[in-house]
Amino acid sequence: MISLMVLLAVVVVLVLWVIGIYNGLVQLRNQVKNAWAQIDVQLKRRHDLIPNLMETVKGYMVHERQTLENVTKARNLAAQASGVAQQAQAEGNLSRALGQFFVVVEAYPDLKANQNFLALQEELTSTENKIGFARQFYNDQVMRFNNKIQMFPSNVVAGAFSFQASEFFETEEAAEREAPKVSFT
Amino acid sequence: MWEQIRLNQRRSVVLVIAIAFILVVLGFVIGEAVQPGAGLIGVAVAALVWGIMSLVAYYQGDGILLAVSGAKEIEKKDHPQLFNVVEEMTIASGMGKMPRVYIMNDMALNAFATGRDPQRASVAVTAGLLGKLKRDELQGVIAHEMSHVVNRDVLFMTMVGILLGSIVMISEIFLRGLRFGAAGSRRYRSGRGGGQGQAIMLLIAIAFAILAPIIAQLIYFAISRRREYLADANGAVLTRYPEGLASALEVIGADEHILERANKATAPMYIVNPFAKAGRFAVGLASTHPPLDERIRILRAIGGTVSFQQYDAAWRTVRGSSRGVIPPSALMQGEAQAVLAPQPEEEEPDERKRMRQAGDVLRKVNQFLFLPCACGLTMKLPPDFKQDKVSCPRCHRELEAPVAQVAAAAQVGAFMAGQGQAPLRAAAAKAPAPEAPPQSAPLQITRQGPGWASFKCTCGQPLHLAPGEETTDITCSNCGQHISVVESLPH
Repeated sequence: MISLMVLLAVVVVLVLWVIGIYNGLVQLRNQVKNAWAQIDVQLKRRHDLIPNLMETVKGYMVHERQTLENVTKARNLAAQASGVAQQAQAEGNLSRALGQFFVVVEAYPDLKANQNFLALQEELTSTENKIGFARQFYNDQVMRFNNKIQMFPSNVVAGAFSFQASEFFETEEAAEREAPKVSFT
Repeated sequence: MWEQIRLNQRRSVVLVIAIAFILVVLGFVIGEAVQPGAGLIGVAVAALVWGIMSLVAYYQGDGILLAVSGAKEIEKKDHPQLFNVVEEMTIASGMGKMPRVYIMNDMALNAFATGRDPQRASVAVTAGLLGKLKRDELQGVIAHEMSHVVNRDVLFMTMVGILLGSIVMISEIFLRGLRFGAAGSRRYRSGRGGGQGQAIMLLIAIAFAILAPIIAQLIYFAISRRREYLADANGAVLTRYPEGLASALEVIGADEHILERANKATAPMYIVNPFAKAGRFAVGLASTHPPLDERIRILRAIGGTVSFQQYDAAWRTVRGSSRGVIPPSALMQGEAQAVLAPQPEEEEPDERKRMRQAGDVLRKVNQFLFLPCACGLTMKLPPDFKQDKVSCPRCHRELEAPVAQVAAAAQVGAFMAGQGQAPLRAAAAKAPAPEAPPQSAPLQITRQGPGWASFKCTCGQPLHLAPGEETTDITCSNCGQHISVVESLPH
């Protein structure tokens, strides 16, 4: 009788423990998803800002049509891109185009005195930063999730309920993340 | 997230228990001293005082703190950069909800965070800080403050502060009561013939009532310093750029201003000890914050990668200590991340310009009126300015007080047609003439240039347009009238 009760108690504790780990894993997975959504929000925001920016600078930069077109084209491609790999590449191109644009801006002191432009520039700089920080947070979450999946004992539960490890959001070159930050100012 | 926060605090919990123990003993000793055998009643009274203060602090703490410091809430358009920096750190820390942003009218360089959990957090910075710091540095400071919120330091330190406050309060009441009630209690005691035991108990109680606040305060400071290091480390990890915070601390340390509206209870929430320069607090054991130069050296000693481990290692090197300061649970999280490259020398607005911006934000929240003159000067009229004309100090033009700028379209039309001696009207004439019928004409104002502009609604409510804010229609926050904005183009 007593041994039966002990057995029952052990089973109950074990089940509760598995439930706890399972819920923890689900929570982490949702956090990873949410972190990914944050990156998306910021990328969209960048897409939204660029037409405004182009509208503002058009009048000042009449001789830089090519540069402006490049930015607009890169922006449109990035907005249409689907799939992680394609999106990452398109966003990378957009960052580079913007980088070039802001180098060219240096030659237009009038533009740099324009309140509207300055406000947009701050917005864009900040959006770049936010993309970077969102990516950073996403990667942190992914690492915590993956650790949980691979470490004992939670890996047993993860295996039983087939949790899949998430992928890190890597940029092709480390410089890419900083590039816009540098050239925006 | 939660288990980590709880683990983080385990070390501090020992110290908290020590303070709570002091409170209980204090209550007991005083109870016994007042009447033999009433020790437990004393404990109950102490617990009651603590309980009430805790409840108030838990539910009203942030509001009280913000009110005491004279902080005013601002909106994004008032200071986009500050807002963006806070938003960036919200994303980096994964807080979910952006804290509210406040600005304090003070030239001292300081900032604090409050709010018992990330859902109801606020950060406040002084106008001086906004003016003096570059973007990177501001980001470092905000990251430090947000770390306090994420680590639940605000809640934790408030609760510890309440314990401390209860001890101070009870000791104070007891000692004062003793002084005032000396005669009465003597009669009372001799009547019962309590004698020696009672007298000794009284002496113990007095000694304890004097010592307890001091000991509790030292423990409190020790906890606070620990949380500061942790927030520094966390801030560096969030920004991946320890130099930002380091150089911000350097700038703050070099500044001479003293925060006017700080008080002891709120000191641990600030980025640097608001009393350090006032000479009211000694450094070292009796300070809420570690010495600034040490914090800077630790941050600078972090190598090419940043993580909690790196900070801990740097801390040990700088302090020459074998035990670190970062709780083990935090050490386990996250791997080393590359430190971001410093941004190249950038053309940020210089200090004078930043100061002016910060000042303008303050004037806006304090209901000043911004009155741009045609010569380019912007006059800033305090809210109690009563005259209806003001003379421009640079070009001596007479300007209408801004309430006159709000007029029915018909009147604006009359202005433009009629006497045009005031530059404002001259400028208004360049704007496209409103063709609305005179009767149902909406209210209208003409805006001069891209800077701050403001005016009074017909109901007397001051309304403001921030630089870079483009709108053609605003709603009076007081009476709800719509007012259309006409840009007067300078070119």
